[in-house]
This record gives sequence, structure tokens and C-alpha cells, in this order.
Amino acid sequence: MTERITPGDVAHVADLARLSLTDDELEAFTVQLADILDHAADLDALDLTDVEPTAHPLPLVNVFRADVIGPTSDRDEVLAAAPSVEEAQFKVPPVLGEGQ
Amino acid sequence: MSARDLAEAVRSGARSARSVLEEHLDSIAAREPEIHAFNVVLADEARTAADEVDRRVAAGEDPGPLAGVPVAVKDNMCTRGIPTTCSSRILEGWIPPYDATVVDRLAAAGAILVGKTNLDEFAMGSSTENSAFGVTRNPLDTTKVPGGSSGGSAAAVAAGFVPLSLGSDTGGSIRQPAALCGVVGVKPTYGAVSRYGLVAFASSLDQIGPFARTVSDAALLLEVIAGHDPLDSTSIPEPPADLTSVLDQGVEGMRIGIIEELSGDGLEGIAGDVRARLAEAAAALEAAGATVETTSVPSTVYGLSAYYVIAPAEASSNLARYDGVRFGLRVDAPTSGDMHSATRTAGFGDEVKRRIMLGTYALSAGYYDAYYGKSQKVRTLIVEDFARAYGRYDLLLSPTSPTTAFSLGEKTADPMTMYLTDVCTIPSNLAGHPSMSVPFGVGDDGMPVGVQVLAPAMGESAMFRAAAVLEAAAPPGAAS
Amino acid sequence: MSGTAPEIVPGWETVIGLEVHAELATATKMFSGAPNHFGGEPNTNIDPVSLGLPGTLPVLNARAVELAIRVGLSLNCTVQRSVFARKNYFYPDMPKDFQISQFDLPINGEGWLELADGRRIGIERAHLEEDTGKSTHVGGGGRIHEAAHSLVDYNRAGVPLIEIVGRPDLRGTEDARAYVSELRSILVAIGASDGKMEEGSMRVDCNVSVRPVGQVELGTRCEVKNINSLRSLGRAIEYEARRQVDLLTAGERIEQQTRHWNEDEGRTHKLRSKEEAFDYRYFPEPDLMPVEPSEEWIAEIRAALPLLPMERRHRLAGAAGVETSATALTVDRGLDDLAVAAIDGGADAGRVLVHLENNLADGVGHLTAGAFAALIALETGGDLTATQAKTVLASLVDEGGDPAAIASAMGFEAMESNELEAIVDRLISEHPDDWAALTAGDDKERKKKSGFFVGEVMKATRGQADGRAVNELLARRAAG
Repeated sequence: MTERITPGDVAHVADLARLSLTDDELEAFTVQLADILDHAADLDALDLTDVEPTAHPLPLVNVFRADVIGPTSDRDEVLAAAPSVEEAQFKVPPVLGEGQ
Repeated sequence: MSARDLAEAVRSGARSARSVLEEHLDSIAAREPEIHAFNVVLADEARTAADEVDRRVAAGEDPGPLAGVPVAVKDNMCTRGIPTTCSSRILEGWIPPYDATVVDRLAAAGAILVGKTNLDEFAMGSSTENSAFGVTRNPLDTTKVPGGSSGGSAAAVAAGFVPLSLGSDTGGSIRQPAALCGVVGVKPTYGAVSRYGLVAFASSLDQIGPFARTVSDAALLLEVIAGHDPLDSTSIPEPPADLTSVLDQGVEGMRIGIIEELSGDGLEGIAGDVRARLAEAAAALEAAGATVETTSVPSTVYGLSAYYVIAPAEASSNLARYDGVRFGLRVDAPTSGDMHSATRTAGFGDEVKRRIMLGTYALSAGYYDAYYGKSQKVRTLIVEDFARAYGRYDLLLSPTSPTTAFSLGEKTADPMTMYLTDVCTIPSNLAGHPSMSVPFGVGDDGMPVGVQVLAPAMGESAMFRAAAVLEAAAPPGAAS
Repeated sequence: MSGTAPEIVPGWETVIGLEVHAELATATKMFSGAPNHFGGEPNTNIDPVSLGLPGTLPVLNARAVELAIRVGLSLNCTVQRSVFARKNYFYPDMPKDFQISQFDLPINGEGWLELADGRRIGIERAHLEEDTGKSTHVGGGGRIHEAAHSLVDYNRAGVPLIEIVGRPDLRGTEDARAYVSELRSILVAIGASDGKMEEGSMRVDCNVSVRPVGQVELGTRCEVKNINSLRSLGRAIEYEARRQVDLLTAGERIEQQTRHWNEDEGRTHKLRSKEEAFDYRYFPEPDLMPVEPSEEWIAEIRAALPLLPMERRHRLAGAAGVETSATALTVDRGLDDLAVAAIDGGADAGRVLVHLENNLADGVGHLTAGAFAALIALETGGDLTATQAKTVLASLVDEGGDPAAIASAMGFEAMESNELEAIVDRLISEHPDDWAALTAGDDKERKKKSGFFVGEVMKATRGQADGRAVNELLARRAAG
């Protein structure tokens, strides 16, 4: 199967997930995650050729709603919960680079 | 008094909703400082709601099937105008601008919301020790855990603070605390209860369900909250089964299978006293006219592994929105990227971070097939194995938890030890099937044991019938 | 697949593939009932779902699905079972920090689009996804108290988008512009989108690579983003093609990158390399169910489609007996219905097209197909000169009416043909030397002398003669 998860892997996923880890945390989490993934390795014993994945437990399809306008949020109520607001918009520190 | 009886008394005017409420608020005041079942108690709001119920009764109106019944709701279900924290620092003080569908339905049924209960942070845990706001203690022995993640909701009912509460169950988070606290806990069929307003942990596994002291009360609450919701695309379109009317129908002629792989012989770590109670439960069902035998559902042994890939993977995506931009905690930094990191690092506890990283890894480039892809296929095997079993049996049986309630701090050193407590409950989440825990006697330590009844999708009626039989036949419970 | 595209750099072929995002013309957003309209005060078209608040769930807009199917059918795609997927990345304009899109199984599979010149450009897929909010950077700009920051407006978050991915079948800037124009015409014709690049309801990302003319293997491509008009599209392609050629000519490799077009500076610069590309960790969206449009529904949608620009071109070409490329302008201006009706009504196809292309710049006004056909009959029958017909046409556009009556009211009597013959013959006899020069002279002389005689005829008839008819007469007389 795949190799054991390394501190480099953990540092990489922490970065992807926007989490900062101290060196001690990195070490501790690496051990814990490796243990958990080792346990998941017992799945390797199974023959999964020709098995379809299950994404949903329910066999529903075509769940739609009509294109009809519904209630909108009270802007003040929403902005009141925001950490920082300016000109009725959510204020954030500058973004480096583009999104996608 | 049962919830059913309370509602009847209030509707008939025999008792006022207000007096019922004050009685329960007194219980809370007496033991809540010791138990810490709640993140917030809403005494004033509850009084206003109770007074309104009384006014309606006096005006000749019917406030609903839960008229005047005090209820508690797990603090991961949105309540408009009332803080909803998921027991996390990242949502400390967050006030949702909308109500969860189940909260609407409780209100429409005349129930009185008394408080939001404590949980493992973002529903990730099996002991409520992962709460950022302090542990909840088992009311039957305050050195022990109530179970998790819905520990607060289970404890609130077990302690008599409320007759009914709502929890959420992703891998056993209703059933396991129910077993450890000696109350009834139900995970309905996936899609039976709307998830709109339930803060998502693992979307394809999460379900809201009832805690109650009796099977009948649990049925009552489930009937109130179940049913199609157009705001939830995963909501079952068909109307839910009627439960109250079938409760007394017994199990005569039913075929019931004890899942070998999850019971004593098949699985290490199921304690002797739990095995013994399970055997007695099987005997009780036989005495009531069912045929009970052991059966194999082989893939269930892989449930734990598949779950600990699928649930964290979905969670890693569901929890991305906690970024300090629109609501909740923000820790400032010079750039948005750094602000995201600083906020999430400060706001999430270790277990949440662990699962987010695990999930991110399982979905990341190069690893998807090996982990997430593979686990979703294992899920299919589990569904197929259950289908085969339900071809021969009406219901299945297993322990709910491998042991009775463990001590606070006993399993916190190693995450894997804690995860193993979910081994019996996880398979029905993966399959989307209903299952419930019914108190059945006590273990050697005098603490409650729960027996798990499992049913096929939409099989709640049969499940509740068996639960009622078990309840009637159960040996004495724990002294509280 | 090469047309005769002019080379941006001699000896090098520019290969282009375009990704177009178009906002769908629905009343509400993709996954909730918040309104979908452009403009408006910030954060007024939001609701808990489109804001991605904890506990909220998406429910798919049926009209977005219908419009997506219209787009797929119009682009000759296979409409197929599809599934939604989460595209995970952090950015402040993303409410959930993941975008719900389609990955493995898009609603529309392969298809093609036909350009005005008849060439087909391959379409790889066209799928549904939700739009993001908008962030505006507010610069520090030297003011001490105003640190740089961004402001985020979520009005646009959740607006339904269709992403149309074209194959790299385009060669050069003209092709690219033609493709975007044609695609826009289709989207507008079927009511799927208003296609306004300047408002952002249609956005184009451009994949550009170069290769020496004659090379079969494709060069390494770069993706260029932030193109906001057809003009920018052309400029960006030219810049990028030259940049790549310069690098290759200097012996360097092209690094596969995403680049940002800067309109003011007129250049692209690197955003990120392929290695730095986001790991989106796609997985199937657990909160949404698969979409399986029935054959009946697809057939209904297909039957309700209006004529597409390509079909209009073919139809007019068939009616007029010309190449499709000759009908493009008329179709583009929405005048083909009129043209076909007039031709069906007996009008001369050639004259129809000439008038439509040259004399109806401001639209058809009150002109009817019948009046148009009648007018052209008068013209081809020699009752009106081309100039007179143009004047009558203008009047028909302004006020409608009957062409013959209008012509009469304007005093346009066409010369009777024998009257005209008499005048020509008289002039020939009065100018024998010029006539001899015309019949015996070379082309240059003949032309000069024809001009002289036409001028004389015009003088004699006070401008009422039909120039063409005169030339025909002269030619007949000259032939003997």
C-alpha cells in the first residue's frame, strides 16, 4: 500500500488545511495519524475490484427546488456576527495572489 | 413523569407548563454545577415560552404533542438568537440568524427549549472530553464520562434535567452516550430527520435523533422531528413510520440475528458483563416469541477503518468555512492566508485538528484512491452484507458499547483507544440504517449497559417494537 | 484543423483553447432562493445557504439544470447522468471555502460548436457550478491610517454558472473572437445567459500555446485569466503568443503556468506554476443527489429550443443558394427570419441579402416580409432603380405601408424600357465617335466611354434612369 505518513506529509496537509503546528505538535500528530492510518491498512486485505463506491446511503436522484425567490437574510443581523465590517462588506486582511 | 404524560397534563390543563418548567429548572440548579450538561441554560426564554403555552391552553388551543415539555438540544444545532458554539472556541459566542428545522418542529409541537447541551467539539469524540468548555460528567457516577459526542444531551435526560433531548449521531454519538448513561438513544434512518441547521461533521453519516428515559417517549419525540424537509436534499420524501401505534405489538414471529463480529466471541474488547447482558436481552426477546440466533455480517469489522477515513474526509471539507471571515473567532494577521491559519490554529482543539489533517490527507492528490476511494467501496460491502442479513432477519442485535462508562481521562492519551469504543455503532451509520440503544441492566460496576437494536432502512417500527419488549424485560437499571 | 489564420509571429502557429464561464439566467441562486441579479447594494442578495453559514445545506435549482441541458443540446453534447463534487480551497470570496462544481461526471459531455465559416470547434464538456463572491482590494496608497485590506461582497456567491470547456481547436485571435461571439449568440438565443462580458456574466479564460508551423505536437500551454472583453482576448493572445515564441526562440522551455492578464500594462504575468497549482481534493458532494434527466425531459427541452445561429445560417444559405459564411452577417443582426420569408415570398435572394447587409443598419422597424418582397419585385422588375428602392425601403422601415404606393407618392416612375432604349439610341447616333471608341476600344477605353454614355443618359433623364439597365442596353447595342 502507500508508505507511512511522514512529518513532511503532515506539514503539507496542515498547510492545505490552514493549520499551524509547532515542531512538537508536528511530531506528536505524525505518530498519531500514522497509527490511525495503520489501522486503516486492514482494508488492503479486501478484494475491491468491481465494487462501486457508495457516496450516498439513500438512492435518491433529481432532488430539485423551483426557481422561486425565498427570504433573504437581514443584512444587519448577518453583519452583526461578522468579525470586521466596512461599507456593509466583510473586511479581511489583503489576499496574496489570486484565488483559483 | 414521562414526556407523554407531562404533555397530556399540560394540554388538559391539569398542570401548567410553567410549573412543569420550574420543577425542571430546580433539578438543573441542584446538580448542573456538578454535571455540566449544558453550555447555556435559557431560563428566561423558557419561562416566556411556557407562559405562552399556558395562555394557548387557557384559550382552548392545542399547543401540540409536546405541549409544555422541557427539552434540551445539542449545541451543534442552530438556534436563532441563541449562541450555538459546537463546544468550540472558534464559534464561541456565535449567534445564528436562523433556526434548525428540528428546532422549528420542537417549537411547533409546544416543547419548551431549556438549554443547549455540551458536546465533544464539533461532535468529534466519544466522551465529551473534547469540549472546549469543560467536560460533562456521568450523572450516575461523576468520576466517569457520559459518553460522546452527545454527552450533554444524554446526561441531561439521565439526571432528570429534561425528559427529552436531541443529539446527533455520526458514528455512535447518540447511542453510545445513551448506553453509558442508562437512557434510550435513537439514530434514525439516514434522511428521516432533516439535517438543515445541524452543523455538519460528516454529511453522509450525520443524523439527529432523540434521547429519552423511555422507549415510548423516544418514539414521541422522533415522530415530532421526523419527516421530509425541502431544505435538505438528503431528506427522505416518504412520510415517516408511525411509531406510537405499533409500540405494543411485540416481537412474536420476528427473526432476530446477533451480529457475531460485534459481539463477545467475534470482537476482542467487549467486556464480559456487557456480553452477559446481551445474552439476557436475546433470551428476553426469545421469551417474547422471537427467534434469536447469531449471524455473520462480515464487513462490519472493517467499519471502523472505513469510518475513520470517510468521516474525517468529509469533516475536513465541512470545517473549512471556519476561517475568521464571516463569523466566529478571528485572530488577525497581515494577510488573509495567515489570518485563516492563526484563527483555525487558535480556535480548534487537538482532536478536531487531527481529524481535519487526516481527512485532508485522505483526499489529497495521490492518496484519494488508496484511502477515500477505497473506504467508499468498503462502505458498499457493508451495505451489501447488511442487505443479505436483512434478507434472513427482521432485526439485528449487538452491544452498543464494548464497556460500561469509563473514567474521565482514561482513554484520552491515545486517540485510537477512544475510536475503538465506536466499533459497534459505526456500521449502521455507514449503511444509513436506523439503530437504537436500550438500557438493559447494569455491569459489574453498577453502571448501565445498553443493548443495540438494528433495523434495515425505514425499519423504525420493528426496531421500536423490539425496544419496547427489551425495556419491559430489562433487569433493574443503575441507581442514580 | 488550420484555417488561413494570419500568424502573430511568422512561422509560428498559435493554438488556443477557451474556457468560458457564463452566469445562467435564473431568478434565484444555484442552491438557495436568494435572488440572482446583477448590481444592488452589497450583501443584500444573501441568505444563510449562500453565505455558507454553519448547518446550511444546498438544494439544486431546477431551472439551472434545465438551462444547462439547453446549453448542452445547443452545443451537440451528450446530456448525461451527473454528480456534484466539492472543489476545496481557501479564499475569502468563497463562503464555504469549497465550491460546489462537477468533476468526474459533468451534465454535458463532448460536443461541438460551428463557426460562421462552417468549421467545427470541439467542446470537451459543459458543467454546472456555483459562483463565488467578489472581493475588492482597498489599497494602502500612502495614507498612514488606511492599511491595505479587502472587502468582500457575497451577492454573487451561489449564482449558477455553466462552465464550457472548448478543445484547443482554435488558431489565432480571429478564431478566438469568432468562437466567443458565436458561443455568446447561442447562449443569448436559447435564453441561458445574457452573455455580458462587461458585466461579468460571461468570462473567458484562455489556454495559449505555440508551435512552429507544420509541427504536429502541441506546445506547452499557459492559461491566461482576467480577460474582460473581446478586445482584451485578442490582445492577451497576441502578447502571450509573442512571449512564448520569444522564449522558445531563445532556446528556453515554456513552463506550464497560470498567468494573469493586466489590461493597463498590456501584458500577462505569472500567478502560479503547475507545481504550485492547488490540490482541490475533489470528492462527490454528499449533500446533493445525482441528476439523471429523463429522456422525456431532454426531448421536451430539445423541442422547445429556438433556432440556433448555426441553424439560421444554414437555413438562409439553403433558401438563398449561397454559402453559410455569406449569411453570417444577416443572421448576426437577427434579420434572417425576414430574409427567409421574403425569399419564400418570391423575392430575389441576392437583392434581399444586399439590402439587408447594406441598408438596414438600424433594424427593420415597420418593414414586413411581404412589403420587402414586393419592393424587391419592383426593383428586379425594373420598376425602381436600386437607389429608389433604397429610399422606399427606408420609408417602409420608418412607417410601413405598401411599396408601390410609396414609390408612386415619391414620384418614382421607373423608365419604361423602350423609352430608355430610344434615349440610348439617340445618344449613340449623336455621338458616333465616342460610340466607335467604345465598341472598338480596349477595356480601359470601353469603360471610359460607357461612363460617358451613362452620364449622358442620366442628364437626359434627369437622373431617373437605372444605371444597371443602361449598362445592359449599351452592352447589347455594342454586341450588335
